[in-house]
Amino acid sequence: MSNKDSFTLNCPTPLAADAAISLAHGSGGALTHQLLEQLILPAFHNPMLDARHDGAVLEFDGIRLAFSTDSYVVQPLFFPGGNIGDLAINGTVSDLAMCGATPRYLSAGLILEEGFPMEQLERIISSMQVAAKQADVELVTGDTKVVEKGCGDGVFINTSGIGIIEGNTSISPARIEKGDLIILSGDLGRHGIAVMAAREGLDFGVTIASDTAPLSLPVLSLLAAGIDLHCLRDLTRGGLATALVEVAGTAQADFTIEERAIPVSEPVRGACEVLGLDPLYVANEGRFIAWVKAAEAEQVLEILHGHPLGAGACIIGQVTEGRGTVTMETHIGGKRAIDMLSGEQLPRIC
Amino acid sequence: MRYVDEYRDGDASRHCAEAIRQLVTQPWRIMEICGGQTHAIVRYGIDQLLPAEVELLHGPGCPVCVTPSGSIDKAIEIAARPEVIFTSFGDMLRVPGSSTNLMNARAQGGDVRIVYSPLDALQIARENPERTVVFFAVGFETTAPATAMAVYQARQLGIGNFLLLVSHVLVPPAMGAILSSPDTQVQGFLAAGHVCTVMGYDEYPPIAAKYQIPIVVTGFEPLDILQGLLMCLRQLEEGRAEVENQYARSVRAEGNQSARKMLREVFEVVPRHWRGIGEIPQSGLGLAPAFADFDAEGRFGLADHSSGDSAECISGLILQGRAKPAACPAFGKRCTPEHPLGAPMVSSEGACAAYYRHRAHASPEPAAREPETPA
Repeated sequence: MSNKDSFTLNCPTPLAADAAISLAHGSGGALTHQLLEQLILPAFHNPMLDARHDGAVLEFDGIRLAFSTDSYVVQPLFFPGGNIGDLAINGTVSDLAMCGATPRYLSAGLILEEGFPMEQLERIISSMQVAAKQADVELVTGDTKVVEKGCGDGVFINTSGIGIIEGNTSISPARIEKGDLIILSGDLGRHGIAVMAAREGLDFGVTIASDTAPLSLPVLSLLAAGIDLHCLRDLTRGGLATALVEVAGTAQADFTIEERAIPVSEPVRGACEVLGLDPLYVANEGRFIAWVKAAEAEQVLEILHGHPLGAGACIIGQVTEGRGTVTMETHIGGKRAIDMLSGEQLPRIC
Repeated sequence: MRYVDEYRDGDASRHCAEAIRQLVTQPWRIMEICGGQTHAIVRYGIDQLLPAEVELLHGPGCPVCVTPSGSIDKAIEIAARPEVIFTSFGDMLRVPGSSTNLMNARAQGGDVRIVYSPLDALQIARENPERTVVFFAVGFETTAPATAMAVYQARQLGIGNFLLLVSHVLVPPAMGAILSSPDTQVQGFLAAGHVCTVMGYDEYPPIAAKYQIPIVVTGFEPLDILQGLLMCLRQLEEGRAEVENQYARSVRAEGNQSARKMLREVFEVVPRHWRGIGEIPQSGLGLAPAFADFDAEGRFGLADHSSGDSAECISGLILQGRAKPAACPAFGKRCTPEHPLGAPMVSSEGACAAYYRHRAHASPEPAAREPETPA
């Protein structure tokens, strides 16, 4: 460090471009997208993949299937509100639901670490069984591998699933229109804070449970009522902010949301204040956003409010013409641009 | 959330902003010292509520931003040692040193762990007696008392495998350094409320008197900042240069006496390099001779880490309030939170990261609010 004279300017030299994978590549934020856009999508480019939805929509002689996959590497494996087992079922079920599909069949791949306690594996499998029953899906194929001690982290699970898309349901960012309202199905941040508290041994004086749930249940209720859902997106790693920015970019529309309309429970808000986290970027596993015509919004809210997984649903914003930016009106009336999560959301120092 | 929501109230904020509009008769430039205040200003759009005459300059009060790259390089060298568990606050991990950062050091096999408190690091030392646990002690007067408490307890408990890499800094000397610069633009200060909660504000009247500048000890919520600005602007309009306390619900003039006593016992005041600013005399804390055994630098005999930094980014101007992030040619292009060129783009308290995250980074700020970029 050369500070030759007082008040001379200096700055660190830039680091080399990504030569190796960092944890931020898996955070669901900007680096994840960079990885997709620069490496994965160019290699496999096809119309189903390029739609960049939560799952691919496949057509066979007039039958339309949704196909989706997801891997689960959560630590700790057990946390308030769930474990890696029900998370793995619910996550893929929800991804299929975001395509407007009725989830039908799942596969599961288990990667187990040598020495992992059988009792814990039994609990995980039991949770998977309960979750599959709740979501009305069948686990029809699977695979098990065991890696040497130290080469895994207890259990990793991959699940893939297929679901059937009924009628002419078409749900995608491309259908989002100016004037659509944006509906959020419930409060934010429960899963992220539950896992973080369990991982770090943090005690907030109240247990915050993960919101992990199969989102097919409320979504199918909406479809059954004949709601024309323009687009759906479940909120996962990068939180509400990242989901909105992703969809705005794909839809080439601007979204305006209101901070005061976004529900965050008191315990989650408190935890976020203590840890210096922004609830907009905290992970969820049982929440989704829907884009619908303004005329249908009240009916959507009514249906969701009658469902345990949509009881806290509310309108958080609207779609305007634009090129893919997301703006939030703050509590005090200022405007704030919403961007994707950059890197991991790190605890602040003070 | 009680005691928080009241200070984020939209109506009260608009009333306060209106009072500022009624008061102001000429252009003023006010610097908020603390990165937490910068973050709140940009996050809530507080500056958008102000009249065009009032310009906010963002100060050097982001602990991550001012930690020099030489300290990061020392941290990386220590973290690479096989016997060491290196512990740090989370946002220090991505700050670039001269060639890499602690995150990469971890990816290359260093045992680098995020902790929330130096006392957690001390606990890790107790649980791993065969390893040497080093805590990266950075930050202002706000984080220093916890560092002091950790090392004090380590000595009491006879824990010999706990060391500190100390890079603590002090706020008032930095304010003096900014004001003594011949081309300073600062006409009033919002002092950092949390620093004053620990230290009180008896150091500030001499600064206010010497430089004829109003200083208002200010909190961190939108209404705190607007009220702090109103108090500061009232002084400016009336030609006063006094020290006032907006954050009275947390700050007493004498500060937290127990914390100050602990700081005096464990640390001594030393000169310190500030990233982007340079060396400021009497502006840092180092371990007092009685605690020298806990100094990681002394224990490991580190290489010379005083190699030069490039002048690619303008963090020095940013940290002194002499330029806004959008004035930097690299901002949002070659310098992003994923690939920061300078520390202000790393921490959420850094001015560049706050602007990048909360403002549309592709569009420049309105010209009327933008100070000239010095050559």
